[in-house]
Amino acid sequence: MVSDEIMLKVENVSKVYRLGEIGGTTLRDELQRLKAKIRHKEDPTKKIGAKNYNKGEKFKALDNISFEVKKGERIGIIGHNGAGKSTLLKLISRVTGPTKGNIYLNGRVASMLEVGTGFHPELTGRENVYMNGAILGMTKKEIDAKMEEIIEFSEVRQFIDTPVKRYSSGMYVKLAFSVAAHLDSEIMIMDEVLAVGDVEFQNKCLTKMKDVSEQFDRTILYVSHNMNTIRQLCDRVIVINHGSIVFDGGVEEGIKCYLGNEKDENFPVSFDFSAKKRAYNFGKIARITHIELLDKEYAIFNSDSVLKIKASFESSQDIKNACLMMVVVDSSNLKIGTSISDYFDVNKNSVTAVTFTYDLKSLSQGNYRLMFSFVSISDEQAIFYFDNPDTGIRIKLINNYFAGFEWVHRYHGPIQLPHLIKE
Amino acid sequence: MSEQKFKTTITSRHRLFDLHLRETFRYRDLIWLFVKRDFVALYKQTILGPLWAIIQPVLTTFVFSFIFGTLAGLSTGDIPGEFNVPSFLFYMTGTMLFTYFSNNVTKVSKIFIDNRATMGKVYYPRLVQPIAASLSNLIPFLINFGLFIIVWIVFLATGTTSMHLSWWLLFIPLIILQLMVLSIGLGMIISAVTTKYRDLQMLVGFGMQLWQYASPVAYGLTLISTSSKFAGLVDLYTCLNPLTPIVTTFRHAMFGFGYFEVLPYLVGWGISIFFFFIGLLLFSKTEKNFMDTI
Repeated sequence: MVSDEIMLKVENVSKVYRLGEIGGTTLRDELQRLKAKIRHKEDPTKKIGAKNYNKGEKFKALDNISFEVKKGERIGIIGHNGAGKSTLLKLISRVTGPTKGNIYLNGRVASMLEVGTGFHPELTGRENVYMNGAILGMTKKEIDAKMEEIIEFSEVRQFIDTPVKRYSSGMYVKLAFSVAAHLDSEIMIMDEVLAVGDVEFQNKCLTKMKDVSEQFDRTILYVSHNMNTIRQLCDRVIVINHGSIVFDGGVEEGIKCYLGNEKDENFPVSFDFSAKKRAYNFGKIARITHIELLDKEYAIFNSDSVLKIKASFESSQDIKNACLMMVVVDSSNLKIGTSISDYFDVNKNSVTAVTFTYDLKSLSQGNYRLMFSFVSISDEQAIFYFDNPDTGIRIKLINNYFAGFEWVHRYHGPIQLPHLIKE
Repeated sequence: MSEQKFKTTITSRHRLFDLHLRETFRYRDLIWLFVKRDFVALYKQTILGPLWAIIQPVLTTFVFSFIFGTLAGLSTGDIPGEFNVPSFLFYMTGTMLFTYFSNNVTKVSKIFIDNRATMGKVYYPRLVQPIAASLSNLIPFLINFGLFIIVWIVFLATGTTSMHLSWWLLFIPLIILQLMVLSIGLGMIISAVTTKYRDLQMLVGFGMQLWQYASPVAYGLTLISTSSKFAGLVDLYTCLNPLTPIVTTFRHAMFGFGYFEVLPYLVGWGISIFFFFIGLLLFSKTEKNFMDTI
């Protein structure tokens, strides 16, 4: 339920950081700088060749941002690294102050920019729940009332009176998140805290947050790079780019706006793996040297087009029944499928180039990564991995196969299955 | 939508005294938790536990008694005359008060640096930290004080000294309060300045050492007043160093005699309160944006 009451109002907020070394300076440096300034000379503490900043040595992390959040709204904040998301959350949670503008809050804010803030390794789980809860703004009474619920939710009841330094990292996170999930604050701020913990617990947390929000009209601000969790939790999305809001509205449109504002140059078609360091023993016996997507300037395709891949291999021995394996990974890092090539042979000490085609029609629009492995299948049907350069080739699919039908990952999944055929 | 009232406003404008006192009061549970955490964490996995709070000052007291009392033969009186006080009690008052003072200044001065991990992630009234720090330093002080009282009672009961009970004992809480106000004030000033320049942090440990010798911790005031060169300087000396009236008044209260002048005592309070407010001012100015510079 979204009511008309405004819980958070951000009004013309800017945050400016000074570039270069601050804080790391000593009093002596500062005095030298002052002396030079008085004499109108160049700053002696500045690095040689550094750009002359002076008055311009400022960086606007946030540039005149305004928005309102109503009671009960769950807002996802997305944007590339360095876009200003975390700065925004820091300002709202009062960790640091704005350079310009005002933020109005109507209620208590619980900020979870990190799980387990204030946890002390020597204290037991129970003591840390009190500690963490109090730091996040609960009184002892409130924590007492919720203690049972928190322990139950955390799944670590058995260890609740053990010092947390003996906890596994998973247990630690679970306990910490349980405290956060049971806060009575009207506004909750989360910065990718769900990125940790196993998938099951992640889902449990998201469901819990959503339930709490719906039941008690809690307002949630959630920052994540994981679009699936954004879809799961949020009902509104704000996209931030270079310190400004570029989109404010529905979830799917927002995500599309975020994924869409990538430049074409980010989708190159030619890759040279010959000098790349491999993990384990990959690439020792045989390796993939080049991968090239043919007939294209950038790796941007219509969903109904055919991908042409030219792969070059190099080997120190003859390989029979070699094949190329292609794992397709979607934008939320989910492996959605694998394609295996026809067999081919690779000859010793020469470069073998093979061209493959792949029909893209089963993939819906969006961004994907293609991960290639070079394998061979032995006569005993065993698979042997020669090489895995571990670099994803990013491709972008536009225009759906169906005209006039918008394919939404959240509802339809990334794969378009074979048609239902009318008899 | 008509104009709506908001409970909290975060603004870029800076008011001089932005202390969030009401909010700090709402976080009083957190203060106690910090105190408890400090105490528990300090003595976890030690065999002697809180006994360590006693061992250090008692050993220092013995060392002082030996070096300054026996070897150097420095006087242990604050006023000239034939009074005798067990040297253990005399040195214990000094070390006890000074240990609290220096621990508190040191701890409060590192508040922003030590807690930047927490403070960088969550907001709570920052004033909670210095309050909690000075309270958790009070625990070892009180343990020491307890030990002192036991020895004190034993000496009083045997009646072999010229110590006697007096109404001055009522001064004790006031003196401890003054000690807290002064040390928190100084600590906050240093904490605010060191977010940007760490230089001062280096000075704190060294400065404390010097300050100890500048205060009548290991000697009595008679040391100054009886040496002819400095005769008459005692009042000035106590006026300039707010720690002096604290120590001497404390002794006066416990022993029933000693140095006490109204003017230096009031000046001491004046300086303490002055430092405290300057500290608050700098602290509240720093807390808003210190994450950007620390």
